[in-house]
Amino acid sequence: MTNLLEANGLHAAYGETKVLHGINFAVRQGGVTALLGANGAGKTTTLRAICGMVRTQGTITLAGKRIDGMATEDIVRLGVAQVPEGRGTFMELTVEENMRLGAYTRPAREATQDFEHMFEYFPRLKERYKQQAGTLSGGEQQMLAIVRALLLRPKLLLLDEPSFGLAPLIVQEIFRILARIKQDEGVSILLVEQNASIALEFAEDAYVLETGRIVMSGSSADIVKDEGIRRSYLGY
Amino acid sequence: MFAGVLHQIMSGIATGGIYASVALALVMIYQATHHVNFAQGEMATFSTYITLTFINAGFPYWIALATAVVLSFIVGVAIERVLMRPLANAPVLASVGVFIGLLLIVNSLSGWFFDYTIKQFPTPFPDHPMLGGYLSGHELGSTAVTLIVLISVYLFFRHTRLGLAMRAAAFNPVSSRLVGVRVGWMLALGWGLAAAIGAIAGAMVAPIVFLDPNMMAGILLYAFAGALLGGIDNPLGAVIGGFMVGVIENLGGAYLVGTELKLTLALVIIVTVLTIKPTGLMGRKVFSRV
Repeated sequence: MTNLLEANGLHAAYGETKVLHGINFAVRQGGVTALLGANGAGKTTTLRAICGMVRTQGTITLAGKRIDGMATEDIVRLGVAQVPEGRGTFMELTVEENMRLGAYTRPAREATQDFEHMFEYFPRLKERYKQQAGTLSGGEQQMLAIVRALLLRPKLLLLDEPSFGLAPLIVQEIFRILARIKQDEGVSILLVEQNASIALEFAEDAYVLETGRIVMSGSSADIVKDEGIRRSYLGY
Repeated sequence: MFAGVLHQIMSGIATGGIYASVALALVMIYQATHHVNFAQGEMATFSTYITLTFINAGFPYWIALATAVVLSFIVGVAIERVLMRPLANAPVLASVGVFIGLLLIVNSLSGWFFDYTIKQFPTPFPDHPMLGGYLSGHELGSTAVTLIVLISVYLFFRHTRLGLAMRAAAFNPVSSRLVGVRVGWMLALGWGLAAAIGAIAGAMVAPIVFLDPNMMAGILLYAFAGALLGGIDNPLGAVIGGFMVGVIENLGGAYLVGTELKLTLALVIIVTVLTIKPTGLMGRKVFSRV
């Protein structure tokens, strides 16, 4: 299988503070890759680096094309959607407007047809369609963030801690839907999670990040088996 | 007595419309940048001179105004791209400095190009009283123009893709970039739109207050009072606030403080709102649940 996304020698920094120290990783075409690690390991920064939201060195290629150094808007238009940390909801706007923004780069009519398709995954958003997005519950906002990203019709979906701050039942529901989406939409996924057990169940490949360096990579099955890694980095 | 009051209220609404459109221009830039563009008034004055130049060159009134509006839009976009862009991450004082600098520069340019003498400005509307004598033809006509502008702006922001993208860019630039909105250009468009609205407001107010380089100084103060009264981050609130200030100003000038102290009313409103209810009457309430 070929790689959709490849990063080589990727460094990233906020001003003087270096966060990533030359990491290599890849996301396979049609696959799900998980990026695991403790708080402050650089997981979110890695996603920001892919979308050109922090200063980086090294190369990032999407389907063979260099995207490092490009503006966020242009990377997004190449088919990279991100469900950002904190969900990135447009609080003041309605659910409908949030969805229209998700489809901003596509012809309006085509996108409106997609709305119905999205409601099949997340029927609750249909009930909330005209409501101000800031009034949604955390789980609903997470769903809205995923829908906003999917409406871009991305090749690559970046998910930043979709389980964050949600009750276990809601987390299960969201991952069940994500599994359906992965099957139906043919989108490749890079998943950042602190909840390692749920991430390793969902992903085929995984990388473990520690203070800006990759300390282990391999298939999810291998990483689950490795007791040492599990104890020291994944905490379960 | 009653007829007099009604007359004052009606013409208050007419001037209030001008304040409302300038207040809207202020709010549009405030929402996107969290700064008040103090140069908004001077930019509008300069646009009004451009309109007058085209009229004097023999162009029909509406063509002259439309051309000036388009030019103002382009200049507004250019100012954001060239002057404000580099200040995107600068401290507040740097931006305030640039706004004040812009105010002085545009004001001086108006005087330099068009001299400081007070000029008459034509009105395209009939020169006789209307609505049973309560409003002059110009007051009625300019109110209509203002309402058309305000409604168009509202429809643009509510019902077009670009309008939605501009609102999104103002509320949440990071998420906007992540859905592919070109945030920098949205800010520039906001400046262009504000400048275009200012050009129309200037042309509507100039026949009443006459045109000179400081024409908009007082208007900007009233508009700022209106924007604060309605809520500086709420476009609808600012518009309503603008109309209210127009009425308060007229009634106050006629029955309370006299015309000389009218501008003081604007300052009283500004200080009162800032001390008692800084968000204004319709300040934005953001709901959030965690």
